Amino acid sequence: MILTLVGMSILIFVLLRLVPGNISDILFDAAGFVDPKEKARLERELGLDLPILTQYWHWISGLAQGDLGFAYVTERPAVEEIAPRIPVTAKLAVLSLFFSVVFGVPLGVISAVRQNTPIDYFLRVLSLSGLSLPSFWLGLLILMLFVRYFGFIPIFTDRPDTLWKELALLSVPAAAVGFRSSALIMRLTRSSMLEVLRQDYIRTARSKGASPGSVNYEHALRNAMLPVVTIIGIEAAFLIGGLIVTETVFNIPGVARFLVEAVIWRDYPIVQNLVMFIAIVVVVVNFLVDMAYMILDPRIKYAD
Amino acid sequence: MSTIDHDAELLRAGAHVRGGWSATRFLIRRYPLGAAGAVIVVVFVLAALLANVVATFDPTSTNARSSLAPPGSVYWLGADFMGRDVYSRIVHGARISLAVSVGATALGCAVGVIVGLMSGYLGGWVDLVVQRIMDIMQALPLLVMALVMAASLGPSLQNTIIAISIALVPNIARVIRSSTLSLREQPFVEAARATGMSELRIAVRHVLPNTLAPLIVLATAQLGSAILTEASLSFLGLGVPEPHPSWGRMLSESAAEYIRTAPWLVIFPGIAISLSVFGTNLLGDALRDMLDPRERT
Repeated sequence: MILTLVGMSILIFVLLRLVPGNISDILFDAAGFVDPKEKARLERELGLDLPILTQYWHWISGLAQGDLGFAYVTERPAVEEIAPRIPVTAKLAVLSLFFSVVFGVPLGVISAVRQNTPIDYFLRVLSLSGLSLPSFWLGLLILMLFVRYFGFIPIFTDRPDTLWKELALLSVPAAAVGFRSSALIMRLTRSSMLEVLRQDYIRTARSKGASPGSVNYEHALRNAMLPVVTIIGIEAAFLIGGLIVTETVFNIPGVARFLVEAVIWRDYPIVQNLVMFIAIVVVVVNFLVDMAYMILDPRIKYAD
Repeated sequence: MSTIDHDAELLRAGAHVRGGWSATRFLIRRYPLGAAGAVIVVVFVLAALLANVVATFDPTSTNARSSLAPPGSVYWLGADFMGRDVYSRIVHGARISLAVSVGATALGCAVGVIVGLMSGYLGGWVDLVVQRIMDIMQALPLLVMALVMAASLGPSLQNTIIAISIALVPNIARVIRSSTLSLREQPFVEAARATGMSELRIAVRHVLPNTLAPLIVLATAQLGSAILTEASLSFLGLGVPEPHPSWGRMLSESAAEYIRTAPWLVIFPGIAISLSVFGTNLLGDALRDMLDPRERT
């Protein structure tokens, strides 16, 4: 896990410096003229003239001490820029995950139990369409419906009056992101259920006279849920992709939208720290999922 | 080993196969969703290839007088703020989408196959190092990876293809590696080795062809995510630049401002994206059912 993150930091650092051109080039391009002396001064100020290994060392040693450097654009400490934006994105992510599980699992079970019936076909097409709709388009469509039927666009505020109001505001974009993820969960639940329903112990349960409901939900679903839990780890990565575009569509001041802005401005301190942050979240979530898997399934024991 | 004799398969399923047409009819009846997907994909490809013929306007020509014209007999799907015909832009956008998705998938597959084959066949420390690198790359969401790549390479059609293809590599390398691992131990590989074939020749001539079925399935699935990633990148302003008409950028240009006044600018490009991804997904699912008997449900 640590090794992955160290490798990740090197990868991010190299990728961002792969191509010539840094923020001083962009700023001076925008100004229209280049005074080499001014440019050199700016580069020195931002530490861009140092050897690349030294730059990397500055970043990593700072990261270990919680010092993320200064954002180029606003010239404020990167921590102060990033930290306040995390809660919104975290709430949005949890809410989206909630939506995707609440819709994905039951619909997947229904689809598997009624395999090859019209309901199954309908749900399969629905889940495939969920994977096909870009979440930013879904977001735009939702906004359009709001304009048409309520006459306004829900505007996200930093300080909503009540928790309920905040939940109501966030649930709209969360539904747009969650729809896509619920499709993924639904497909996996379906195939996992189908696999389990063919097992011997299901036949045993049926032949001893257990009711179909009991077989489906008590015997089958419990065992089918194991792979579904794993996918929540993959889901974390999947959700972040959806959040990036959805926060942009709904104008939500979260970290995901901030990443896009920072990328456009080549604000290295922000981009490399944010991408690193995303990687840490994904790796930690996957680690926790592995642990949960071990608790849920006593047959699995990790050697180390 | 993992390739399937399709005629035998069809006969076993009770089809009397004589000639291509009845086989096609059988496949349509057996995989109706896949057939629908194939039709969508064919329409999409035709639109891209014949864009100059089927488009009614030049996708880049502007006309101030028809700014924001609603859909009608002249502008079938309306016109945008600059008076450009939405229908023609969507048709030409198919070209960009096709170029990016096929280009990125092909490039990603080529690199992924080489990396996966090497990693699986050679094993040892090569495998260890390659797998660690793939682990690292996979810890980043596809879009974030593509975003960072696109930003670092700069916006152009070519760079968008490269950015997406690199993000696709780990997935493909992983699948090819795992099938290579099991193929490596097969008797026919041992037999080839016994006849004195070089390792490279065994890997390329005997192992590689047997990984094709999962590769085709995976590649079709990647097409859809490549289209979506391109649309997302362009939507965020980091994908294919002007003057190419890209579906994602058509949406971002129209997004906030015209959502009230010109809904056709939001609806139609989105339908184009969704439908093409939907088609490739349907086709990919059917191919998986056909070529990968383990996944058959």
